[in-house]
Amino acid sequence: MNKRVFIIISILVATVAGFILSCNSKGPAATNSVPEVVSYNYHIRPILSDKCFACHGPDANKRKASFRLDIEDSAFAPLKETKGALAIVRGKPEQSELYKRITSKDPSYLMPSPESHLAVLNDHEIALIKKWIEQGAKYEKHWAFVAPKKAALPTVENKEWCKNEVDFFVAKKMEDQNLRPNEEADKERLLKRVSFDLTGLPPSVEMMDKFLADNSANAYEKIVDELLKSPRYGEKMAVHWLDIARYADSYGYQDDNIRTQWPWRDWLIHAFNTNLSYDKFLTWQMAGDMLPNATKEQVLATAFFRNHKYTEEGGVVPEEYRIEYILDKTKTYGRGIMGVTIECAQCHDHKYDPFSQKDYYDLFAFFNNTKEEGYEGDVSTSKPAKNPILAISDSDVHNILSYINKKDTGKLTVSVMGERDSLRKTFILGRGAYDNPTVEVMPNAIPAVMPFDTVKLARNRLGLALWTTNKSNPLTARVFVNQMWQELFGRGIVKTTGDFGMQGELPTHPELLDWLAVDFMESGWDIKRLMKKIMMSATYRQSSKVSPEKLKEDPENILLSRGPRYRVPAEFVRDIVLASSGLLNNTIGGPSVKPYQPPGLWEGATSGRGVLAKYEQDHGQDLYRRGMYTFIKLTVPPASMMIFDASNRDQCEVKRSKTNTPLQALVMMNDPTVLEASRVLSQSLVAKSGDAKNNIVTAFRLVVCRKPTDKETKILESYYDEEFQLYQQKKMDAKTTIAVGESQVNEKIDAIKTAALMKTIQAIYNLEETITKT
Amino acid sequence: MEKDLANKKFVMNKEFFEHRLNMNRRRFLSRLSLGIGSAALGSLLIPDLFQSKEEEALITGLPDFAPKAKRIIYLFQNGAPSQLDLFDYKPMLQTMHGEDLPASIRMGQRLTGMTANQKKFPLAGTTFKFSEYGQARATISELLPYTASVVDDLCIVKSMFTEAINHDPALTFFQTGAQVGNRASMGSWLSYGLGSENKNLPAFCVLLSKGKGNGQGVYSKLWSNGFLDSIHQGVQFSSGENPVLYLNNPEGMDKTDRRRMLDKLAELNQENYSEFGDPEISTKIQQYEMAYRMQTAVPDITDMKKEPESIIKMYGAESLVPGTFAANCLLARKLSENGVRFVQLYHQGWDAHDNLPGQIKGQCKDVDQASAALITDLKQRGLLDETLVIWGGEFGRTNYCQGKLAKDNYGRDHHPRCFTVWMAGGGVKPGIVHGETDEFGYNIVKNPVHVHDFHATILNLMGLDHEKLVYKHQGRRYRLTDVSGKVVKDLIA
Repeated sequence: MNKRVFIIISILVATVAGFILSCNSKGPAATNSVPEVVSYNYHIRPILSDKCFACHGPDANKRKASFRLDIEDSAFAPLKETKGALAIVRGKPEQSELYKRITSKDPSYLMPSPESHLAVLNDHEIALIKKWIEQGAKYEKHWAFVAPKKAALPTVENKEWCKNEVDFFVAKKMEDQNLRPNEEADKERLLKRVSFDLTGLPPSVEMMDKFLADNSANAYEKIVDELLKSPRYGEKMAVHWLDIARYADSYGYQDDNIRTQWPWRDWLIHAFNTNLSYDKFLTWQMAGDMLPNATKEQVLATAFFRNHKYTEEGGVVPEEYRIEYILDKTKTYGRGIMGVTIECAQCHDHKYDPFSQKDYYDLFAFFNNTKEEGYEGDVSTSKPAKNPILAISDSDVHNILSYINKKDTGKLTVSVMGERDSLRKTFILGRGAYDNPTVEVMPNAIPAVMPFDTVKLARNRLGLALWTTNKSNPLTARVFVNQMWQELFGRGIVKTTGDFGMQGELPTHPELLDWLAVDFMESGWDIKRLMKKIMMSATYRQSSKVSPEKLKEDPENILLSRGPRYRVPAEFVRDIVLASSGLLNNTIGGPSVKPYQPPGLWEGATSGRGVLAKYEQDHGQDLYRRGMYTFIKLTVPPASMMIFDASNRDQCEVKRSKTNTPLQALVMMNDPTVLEASRVLSQSLVAKSGDAKNNIVTAFRLVVCRKPTDKETKILESYYDEEFQLYQQKKMDAKTTIAVGESQVNEKIDAIKTAALMKTIQAIYNLEETITKT
Repeated sequence: MEKDLANKKFVMNKEFFEHRLNMNRRRFLSRLSLGIGSAALGSLLIPDLFQSKEEEALITGLPDFAPKAKRIIYLFQNGAPSQLDLFDYKPMLQTMHGEDLPASIRMGQRLTGMTANQKKFPLAGTTFKFSEYGQARATISELLPYTASVVDDLCIVKSMFTEAINHDPALTFFQTGAQVGNRASMGSWLSYGLGSENKNLPAFCVLLSKGKGNGQGVYSKLWSNGFLDSIHQGVQFSSGENPVLYLNNPEGMDKTDRRRMLDKLAELNQENYSEFGDPEISTKIQQYEMAYRMQTAVPDITDMKKEPESIIKMYGAESLVPGTFAANCLLARKLSENGVRFVQLYHQGWDAHDNLPGQIKGQCKDVDQASAALITDLKQRGLLDETLVIWGGEFGRTNYCQGKLAKDNYGRDHHPRCFTVWMAGGGVKPGIVHGETDEFGYNIVKNPVHVHDFHATILNLMGLDHEKLVYKHQGRRYRLTDVSGKVVKDLIA
């Protein structure tokens, strides 16, 4: 999110230039030189898109001087408003109006114009454009709209480092920049990394011991395979998709009453665990209801498109909201699945990408034929699902939908997709307003991405799903592979995960992205295989240590010369605490739960209507479920989750920010869950052994997933001793300290030892490394 | 380094604002967290945390031009107070009480589902008495005597209008500049644009209260950072015992206990930093230090007992009752005084679809005295000049009755076409009334102010050009004012 433009300009452009054209340059930050051959896709379009296309691009209404620069034909046509001039004269920058304008000193002639509020081009950008014109000003189709191909693996010097195809592409870029990869991470940290990435949980002590003792050549692979088989894998993978699907347990908007979409979440976990291929995964969610002889499971999958907000505010205009829901579906499809900002064309032609407003409503039309209504009544008549509804019976759960964790025999309903019998007409909405229909349109997928063959495909959601999962679609596989790369490395190969268009960032390793995308499709869209491929690479296995030199050369680790290291997402912060202490309730799926939450949050921000006006905290085992099962009330999402950058699920989100704030420190210091976990772990250790040092080492291993160093042990021991003394001298009260949380305190276990060790464990929970993927 | 600097200067001259604000997050945070108390620790552990003077300047935020206001306190009246019963006096409605709203006035405007099916739209004159006050001869109802007493400090805008007709979209529009979508809240924009003035408190704080009138919920998405980093998120405060979430140490742990733990923690984290070199680790150490400072600073600020009796008297006895609007006004003053950039209050309960005369009395009693006290209090501290106070709801209410009209009882539906807000201090013209509505109080006849214009004006007062305060997200440069908005120069002193 935080774009540092110096870095974008100087690192990205220079490095990409360096990589693609094998220029020898010292390091990313050091180069600002113009490459030998200037590429339109990699050097020129990013400049033109950012600085020119808003007025001279796809948006016909905002086009100035009737001049269009994003299309080759019009860029070379005689200028309409400057007689006798040409914007670009191949080979001759001085005769090109474009070049003259961007270099002018006259503000009335200069481009971008001052009114645009866009900065003028810098010297480097000007030099690039000059050279590009000199070299013939060749246009290229936008990279992301050309189907990916598997390039031959590059030749590298450091062949022995490469463990699979991924590494060849990565090594090549590093070698071009004279960077060396890091050594492989130590076994403990590597295991923690893999375990988090595949299950979202710390490895058990047994697993740590087993892996440390296993010296066989494929010890690592065995662990990867074992974790891929864990039922926890589906939970971990689901979290990212829940963000895309903007999953929540309430309807949102002002009264924000409860709804029941969790059976879809159960399906999602199941789909990942059974490794449903990505093409089916998408097809079922997009149009499972329209498949021939659709099963209940396939219909349930379509709840994906019903997870957005629904208003129950009295007095709304139903059509306004019905349209809003279709807009949301279109946006979710565009951003989450296609990786483009098609939603920008809701009110006008897209300003940067070749998407017209008509293209937008053509796409919108696919979703506009559902039976759902804009308004089914206010909160007083609220139901847990809105039409169309899938009813799930107990017999379904016993037979075909066995993965649904239905707790009781009550009625279970889910909002799903369903087509109308007759076709609803769709119109372009003037300025995007629901009450301003203009020209009628027909369903059609984004033509700039790939033509929609109306002979082979029905013009409905199923047709769109088939178009999406067609292997010639240039975006689908790339976008998903990139999302998975982001899950593992913290940053996508394309950094702008939700924007593969002209304004998005260029891939740092385009050939790698394409190789992985094609390989993924060739494998039959096999998600587990994709994860394993990346995780088996030497690139992934590197240590995450960073030397001051590497930090200076490549602060964002664009060149991947070290392993990923970053704080885990919000849900997993909670999971680490619960799992390591032994408090974790291992149940998979089912309705969301309400763990401890600071008092008054729901009560302070409510209309007072609906069943969620008050937070009724759960008790017993429901207090200790994984973070992903915490109840999400849209208008007041769980506070501790939000503090750790969880999605507020207001709309489709493909990338979370990763901040490091004082409020996060306060949560780790004072959240009753952390305190209770510290006490429970302490008590279970003290019950077994009175040896403080041993207990500290064991706790450290459980929480941080490695053995502490001698120095670390000493620091923690000295803290333990201090605390022990203070409790013993009654300067602090041990019983008060340990009386936290609803789980039973065992009175028979020494309170002073428990309290002193509990404090020590609290300190361990607060270590930076604890909640960091190392 | 020289090249870096040259590049930096270059960039600053160009897309100055955007780039400056997208500074290295880590560095930004580390800087934020460096209080004087921890400076020694910071420099001891990570010497290079102290960067150039130039960067120092960037962190505190540089406005586009000289700001008139440094801080904002926004007293949001959630649910929409009736302008016709408080500020916008229309004798015509009393004369025509019970008669149908002429179609020539309504002009087919869309209505909410609550009154769209009404066969008649009987006009409802206010039951409250109005008088003229102050140099501008502003009309204010008897319900707001305290507000009337500070009228010469107020800049009353009678010609606000919005596009939304329902609460959720209208509130979201006021807060984020768009009716739907996950955009950044006004307070987040200011935090992003101007940074924090304070090392121990967040830049954007939120306080909630509720009256007895018909309530409409508030939602934490209203103070969401949207696409901005979550450090710009509004932090909910309360005047109770736990003023900030997770702030209090657990039972049996005092400040010295906490300090001992943090010292050990810093030592351990430092060990890891030496081995791994990840700057996030040193940032983490700083964040724990700031958290520790907040644990002292926040209770100090939220402790009302330290306020002299004269102040409590001014705000009213309720100011000692945590969670009331009065207590929140007093807390807002204290937060603002301590450098919080944007304090956002919400007071619920103004949505009087029926029984308006009864409901509005209670609401006014909740807010009138404390709102006026806040202005007086800021003024006597010499802070009013640099603090912008805003009072108003998300839309107005209709001149016709919703439901059954009685002689002295009526309800009013939502009305987006005109409503009243007032501002005070922070560079707005004091003692003026801006804009005018027709004699029915239905349409604006003079100087309309759109929500986008309102935002543009507020940013301008804070020294920011609303067209330059942008954030690039998903390929687009977003603004609080979306793609329109004009600064209303007539409101600026």
